[in-house]
Amino acid sequence: MGSFQSLPDNHQYRTLSQKTGFSLEQIGILHNRFKQLSQNEETLRRDDFKTIQDLESNPIRSQIIEAFFDKRNFQKDDVGSVQEIGFEEFLTVMSYFRAPTHHITDEQREEMRRAKLRFLFNMHDTDNDGTITLEEYRHVVEELLSRSGALGRETAKGIADAAMLEVASISVGPMAPDEFFEGITFEQFLKILKGVEIETTMHIRFLNMDTTVLCK
Amino acid sequence: MEMKMFIVVLGLLVGSLMPIGGAASSPDTNTNHGMSEPGHHGLPKHGGEGNHTSNVKKIFPVLSFDYDHVRVPFEISLWVLLASLMKLGFHLIPRLPSIVPESCLLIVVGLLVGGLIKVVGEVPPTLDSNVFFLYLLPPIILDAGYFLPIRPFTENLGTILMFAVVGTLWNAFFVGGLLYGVCQLAGDDLALVDLLSCLLFGTIISAVDPVAVLAVFEEIHINELLHILVFGESLLNDAVTVVLYHLFEEYQSVGTITVTDVFLGVVCFLVVSLGGIVVGAIYGILAAFTSRFTSHTRVIEPLFVFVYSYMAYLSAEVFHLSGIMALIACGAVTRPYVEANISHKSHTTIKYFLKMWSSVSDTLIFIFLGVSTVAGKHHWNWTFVIMSVILSLVARVLGVVGLTFVINKFRIVKLTTKDQFIVAYGGLRGAIAFSLVYLLNSDQFPMRNMFLTAIITVIFFTVFVQGMTIRPLVDLLAVKKKQETKRSINEEIHTQFLDHLLTGIEDICGHYGHHHWKDKLNRFNKKYIKKCLIAGERSKEPQLIAFYHKMEMKQAIELVESGGGSKLPSAMPSTISMQNIQPKKTPQDRALPQLSKSREEEIRKILRTNLQRTRQRLRSYNRHTLVADPFEDGWNDLIKRKRMIELEKKISLMNNHLTVPAPPPDSPTITRARLASDPQAWGIKAGTESIPTIKVDLASPQTPESGNMRDGFGSKASQPKESKEDGGLVMKAPSLAKESKDKMAYEDDDKEPQRLMRCLSDPGPAADEEDEDEPFLP
Repeated sequence: MGSFQSLPDNHQYRTLSQKTGFSLEQIGILHNRFKQLSQNEETLRRDDFKTIQDLESNPIRSQIIEAFFDKRNFQKDDVGSVQEIGFEEFLTVMSYFRAPTHHITDEQREEMRRAKLRFLFNMHDTDNDGTITLEEYRHVVEELLSRSGALGRETAKGIADAAMLEVASISVGPMAPDEFFEGITFEQFLKILKGVEIETTMHIRFLNMDTTVLCK
Repeated sequence: MEMKMFIVVLGLLVGSLMPIGGAASSPDTNTNHGMSEPGHHGLPKHGGEGNHTSNVKKIFPVLSFDYDHVRVPFEISLWVLLASLMKLGFHLIPRLPSIVPESCLLIVVGLLVGGLIKVVGEVPPTLDSNVFFLYLLPPIILDAGYFLPIRPFTENLGTILMFAVVGTLWNAFFVGGLLYGVCQLAGDDLALVDLLSCLLFGTIISAVDPVAVLAVFEEIHINELLHILVFGESLLNDAVTVVLYHLFEEYQSVGTITVTDVFLGVVCFLVVSLGGIVVGAIYGILAAFTSRFTSHTRVIEPLFVFVYSYMAYLSAEVFHLSGIMALIACGAVTRPYVEANISHKSHTTIKYFLKMWSSVSDTLIFIFLGVSTVAGKHHWNWTFVIMSVILSLVARVLGVVGLTFVINKFRIVKLTTKDQFIVAYGGLRGAIAFSLVYLLNSDQFPMRNMFLTAIITVIFFTVFVQGMTIRPLVDLLAVKKKQETKRSINEEIHTQFLDHLLTGIEDICGHYGHHHWKDKLNRFNKKYIKKCLIAGERSKEPQLIAFYHKMEMKQAIELVESGGGSKLPSAMPSTISMQNIQPKKTPQDRALPQLSKSREEEIRKILRTNLQRTRQRLRSYNRHTLVADPFEDGWNDLIKRKRMIELEKKISLMNNHLTVPAPPPDSPTITRARLASDPQAWGIKAGTESIPTIKVDLASPQTPESGNMRDGFGSKASQPKESKEDGGLVMKAPSLAKESKDKMAYEDDDKEPQRLMRCLSDPGPAADEEDEDEPFLP
């Protein structure tokens, strides 16, 4: 039993709250969940996620789990991945899924949007070279269709190709035959997804959770 | 010129309607041939000497006039024709559609026609409530339900229900109560109106009408959220209206309502709405299940959708459940499954029939509204009418503002003041209110005529004033308009991705939220329901693939329609090909051989001449198979070819190249090609010969020609042809960059003469049936 988990440490919570924007109650609830998942240890490992049954049927399970262990998402300008995370990192990753509050300026909204899209981008860009290449995108589509068997695999390539072509044509425009398009950069990613209102779609309602009941 | 002719035709039409109208209302004298000459309607009809019993031999009647026995269908057709011609004419006038919404004009036309009929001395027909509810309303609602955008609807369901249920209740009681107060204050004959009648009136007047809302909102192209809010509200408030209406009507005679009645009313509401939905869902599932077996009788597929939905409506009406909700539920449930089962043509048929019927219904409703205004007995009472207009407006605004304040606490995307204004302003009343008043019994409700007048005034006010001004107001307030952009595949991929991501995060949090249940429902759907209701392989197709195929189909259609010529569909990136998107490590492989232009021409010519040798078959026509049109064959083949291409691509990717690679030096086909006149042949992927696919499958699969071509050219033509085909959707060989045409377009160019040939020739029914029977989404 780590020292900071036995009692809700208000000071700790307050700093976390300032950093991530969650309210104190929400942090408390998430902390309980963290403890549940990590079986009351200080850190969480990849295996601990396997205890969540509902997650098993999710096609992009592995990518989600990776995202938790990806240092780029910890807002510390670090790269690489770790083997285990503490509560602070867990909370930081969760904070990407907060909803925008009502009184938010346009700049803050834009910032939030960029942060969320950056999270998504990091999920796709596994080799961290700043672009999503065709291979990486193909991998994404394949994972999405991984539950559909053979039919999925064949069309996955077609879909990924078509999608890349679309990005290329939107962002770069007509290209001569000997130019080539390396991959989707973050700016282009922002552009193609501007139709999807990320800041409002990518959120979870954190407040109404009673994790003591849900012992999955 | 067009307009003048049109007006002349119209005048004749209206002129002929009047004596018909006259013949309708004057008493029937049954003779063998009732002569009713136009212009003589007041006079008694002169029958021929109806000598049934005498044996006098008459001259054999060469030409007789017997209008009576076709009277009813004739009149109905004339009215429908009038309505449609009005609609035509409306759009012919240059600037009118942008100023005045169609509904207003139709009401005015109705007024004019009604006035004309009255002037002539006849009684204009009124909008019979039965006809309205049983024949005119269902097509509109079915159209709305079938094409209901499910995702925004379910996302905003809470808000919509709040507006529909609580909003309507508030409106009804506010207007009813205050009107009662006004009536009491005003005294004299108004004091006779008791509370229940007022509440009944309040109920009728507070229901936002889907017909009117659709008619106006369709023209202003407002953003999806607002559209679905107002529209959803107008659909779902039917249950509330039905319950309140019956409640007040039942107890009007008794005069009082007890608490038990109120409680029963609440229970009734739940029964009415949920019952309606359940009835609709049952019929929807039946329809979906039936469509699973229609692969051999494609022609009657649309019929099932229509009939099952109509039966859902009627069945709900039998039990006084909410017919509208049943219809919506049926349409919404049927659609995803039926669309996976039926053919492309049936889908188009359903779409167009629904649009056509709802359009005609809509037009007829408004015209009749105008005519009935003239026809009905009115009792104008300044106080009552003016107060009802004002009160209904005030109630609406207060209701919307109050409810939004509460709702915004639960919404992520808050409703702004602009949104609230549009929602309030868009609450139009229409023909449903009118018909409900018409249904009132004048013995029980002595003030019925006054109610009628008031309702009509409110309807006119909302449709004319609000309908006409909403468009400039939307522009003035800079309300967000509907985004016309097509959904791109990237957005689709990411929407799916996000769904899964959010479900995953919810599971990690241990939170059974929105996404969790949606995901569970989807999985249940996929596992059990789709298996039952969708025929064959389609049941396992995930949504992303379905979307992708739809997109492919659309692009293929666009290509075919644009003739594959110089005009390119905008969706196709014209000069970007897969070769531009390369893995970073292979710049050295990009040295591609160039094909000289003359060589290209040669190849084209060879292909063309061979393709013209397609066997010409006669097409037989029978009622059970539709004549396949060459278009559909054309793009079905395109799709087939694309699939072949993709298979080839797969093989090509074994070499880890996306482009036509530099030919591997030891490929036998290449060496053969090199020995031929071509100094530089196209690269071939290894294992070309092992592909048993029909490389040049431009004729139908049964033609021996396809075999010919393969054998005839073997390596030479099939190589360049195949490599040109290579890459599928948008791949393009660099040499063709000069023409900057898409690969598909290039092939279409070849196919052009062939296709023209095929327009003249007729592939046999066997081939047709094969194409025909492909479900809508391949």
